[in-house]
Amino acid sequence: MEISERHEHDVLVIGAGGAGLRAAIAAIEAGASVGLVGKSLLGKAHTVMAEGGMAAALGNNRPEDNWQVHFRDTMRGGKGLCDWRMARAHAEEAPDRVRELEAWGALFDRAEDGRMNQRPFGGHTYGRLAHVGDRTGLEMIRTLQDHAVHEGADIFMECTVFRLILVDGRVAGALAYWRPTGEFVLFRARTVILATGGLGKAWKVTSNSWECTGDGVALAYDAGAELMGMEFVQFHPTGMVWPPSVRGTLVTEGVRGEGGVLTNGDGERFMFRYVPEMFEGDYAESEEEADRWVEGDRVANRRPPELLTRDVVAKAIVAEVEAGRGSPHGGVFLNISEKRSPEYIKAKLPSMYHQFKELAGVDITTDAMEVGPTTHYAMGGVKVDPETAATCVSGLYAAGEVAAGLHGGNRLGGNSLSDLIVFGQRAGVAAAEEARDASFAEIPASELSAAVAGATAPFAREGGRNPFGLQEELRQIMQDKVGIARTEGALREALEDVHRLRGELDTCSVHGGRAFNPGWHTWLDLGVMLTVAEAVVLSALERRESRGAHTRIDYPDSDASLGRVNVVIRSSEGQMVTDTERVSEPPAELRQLIEEGV
Amino acid sequence: MAERTFQVYRGSGDDGQLESYTIEIDQGMVVLDAIHRIQAEHAPDLAVRWNCKAGKCGSCSCEVNGRPRLTCMTRLSDYEEGESITVTPMKAFPVIKDLVADVSQAYRNNASIPRFRPRPRDAEDGWRMKQFEIERAQEMRKCIECFLCQDVCHVLRSHGKHAEFIGPTYLVRTAGYSLNPIDVEDRSAFLKESGGIGFCNITKCCTEVCPESISITDNAIIPLKERVVDRFYDPLKALVRLVRRR
Repeated sequence: MEISERHEHDVLVIGAGGAGLRAAIAAIEAGASVGLVGKSLLGKAHTVMAEGGMAAALGNNRPEDNWQVHFRDTMRGGKGLCDWRMARAHAEEAPDRVRELEAWGALFDRAEDGRMNQRPFGGHTYGRLAHVGDRTGLEMIRTLQDHAVHEGADIFMECTVFRLILVDGRVAGALAYWRPTGEFVLFRARTVILATGGLGKAWKVTSNSWECTGDGVALAYDAGAELMGMEFVQFHPTGMVWPPSVRGTLVTEGVRGEGGVLTNGDGERFMFRYVPEMFEGDYAESEEEADRWVEGDRVANRRPPELLTRDVVAKAIVAEVEAGRGSPHGGVFLNISEKRSPEYIKAKLPSMYHQFKELAGVDITTDAMEVGPTTHYAMGGVKVDPETAATCVSGLYAAGEVAAGLHGGNRLGGNSLSDLIVFGQRAGVAAAEEARDASFAEIPASELSAAVAGATAPFAREGGRNPFGLQEELRQIMQDKVGIARTEGALREALEDVHRLRGELDTCSVHGGRAFNPGWHTWLDLGVMLTVAEAVVLSALERRESRGAHTRIDYPDSDASLGRVNVVIRSSEGQMVTDTERVSEPPAELRQLIEEGV
Repeated sequence: MAERTFQVYRGSGDDGQLESYTIEIDQGMVVLDAIHRIQAEHAPDLAVRWNCKAGKCGSCSCEVNGRPRLTCMTRLSDYEEGESITVTPMKAFPVIKDLVADVSQAYRNNASIPRFRPRPRDAEDGWRMKQFEIERAQEMRKCIECFLCQDVCHVLRSHGKHAEFIGPTYLVRTAGYSLNPIDVEDRSAFLKESGGIGFCNITKCCTEVCPESISITDNAIIPLKERVVDRFYDPLKALVRLVRRR
């Protein structure tokens, strides 16, 4: 099969969400020609769904806030496993990256004095999230997409990369197919940035769209890069639970940031019972204190325990449901109607109001929402250099959700959008710089034709399994056996299941032509999802303790000896193997900052 | 659970027809769920765009019984039992395949809008704006680019003037820049010429279909038309400009 279309760019960016767009802009500013490839239409990447805001210590609402406090919150939220250099760069640079968006046309909600307003979120000491109601991601992606277009990024929409091409151990480009036509296209590049986002589609109950299949993780792994922290998959505490068709759809943490309370089926505000030792004294100890904080007295009172980190809140909800104190549809109640006026709720949480009204028939200005955990975010991913976002494969970079290191064992809400722009920018600068001294490699035609033949194989088969059925089976397996609470036995079963499905993938058949054929797309995605699933399961088996988002029923406590150890995945003689690596120790002054505060 | 039958457009370009599919229906299902079930059970090659499934990304726009809708926000329970549900691609655009429309012209239209250009910073850390000053612009920035307003606009739908008229979506985008209090770019020449704002005769169809409830006509198009009129047709201002130029 011929590859009729070829493109050449200094830097190829794979993924057109926040990180990819920001990387493209940075690389163009640094003088590179940039190709930007995205699976969806421009502006529809998963960034658009981000709701609550982006964390940056601007200090607008509380002058005491600064990068040190943000750094400390991130490190503590990550349960010992964050890379301190990434956490510091993130905390230091986020304010400039956020202000820059305003210079490019973003319009964030304002505080009284005319500066950007900042909203409280889980795990952040101070109100820190720049936001636009509950549609911050939309504001961010629109701003970045228009800026990237005007800066001259060469944009390829609805185009899916399925193979990185290596020549002499160095990345030389990527092979992709156009979704609308099914035609293949070769992108040659001097350097390549992966900004492919998350992998939550592999679970049944998820806030993630079809796109979040973990492409970058699998592309990088296949190219010889290392993965890290893959066991840490964030289950956001509040997804919709009813009706069944919307189970998993995100309910922003902003609801709790604006004063929403969690209650169980008995009407008890249960989060007061779940404050971990590490955060004792940081949260309100009575409903009265929490109410005073919500009403605005934030210096004399501590924040409500609903604003504990996401791992803590998600596990608390699961515990309440398992103890028989759940809501009718197996979640708990989240209610903001008793703390805020209908006008306030509609102004601050318009899309939540709309979403519950339209999809569940619930008016959140008068009634409680039913919520439960939903697969949301991958803390782990491709292992990168903390300064440059370079992977261990020459010429290959990774930034945003696809990269590992910043969030450790648990990500704080609001730290994702800021991650995208901080490390997107860093990756763009570094990739453009490396591209200056790199050349285009000649790509052997045989490698391309073999890749194309592999990708089109299921069209030649008859009577095999339907890829949609296989995908649903994988998602159910991950939900049941690799969910919030894990055991050695279930994980071993999941591993066998994944190997079996890998075998069945080779027997699937696809009907119809190559033009916009979702059955074929799903089959191609499945290869990626199985790689991701295997990496998550192997890492979860390796971490024999409970920490952050990773909970082992058979090892319910944290093990101090694993507190500074990351699980790393790499390919060895065609097999996926795990290894462990010590987390780099921060210098003494930062260690003191983490332990004792500012 | 109950069964329902759907008529779904299948085919590419002008070469297509409605196909009938019957599936089981669960509580709370939306049209997009039904399309996905048809895909999984009957027609794996049935093409449809979607992403967020929560009304936030604007990918899944189609026509349901002839009305432009986000299929992810259209509940099956809104249709009477026994009422047939027909799903077709957006009519104002060429069809790529099945329910997927070719919206590439819209992206070209967007790229033609003169970009955002801010005044110098008010302070080292940026600009000072009051919340009430930015609310009009924020209303425009709610646009999820679903193209339903483009689909319903008769200038585009009936007359196909995609190349001469940027359409309501991009008038909203332009207004989002121009109503930003710190923006200083004058887009009136663009709007008058290649933007083709004169094609709009304010029938308000766009406003009616907007899933984000943006008052497209009143708050975006009319103020932009006023700017164009002020700039090009106000005799007093034209005189002032003439004098200033001298």
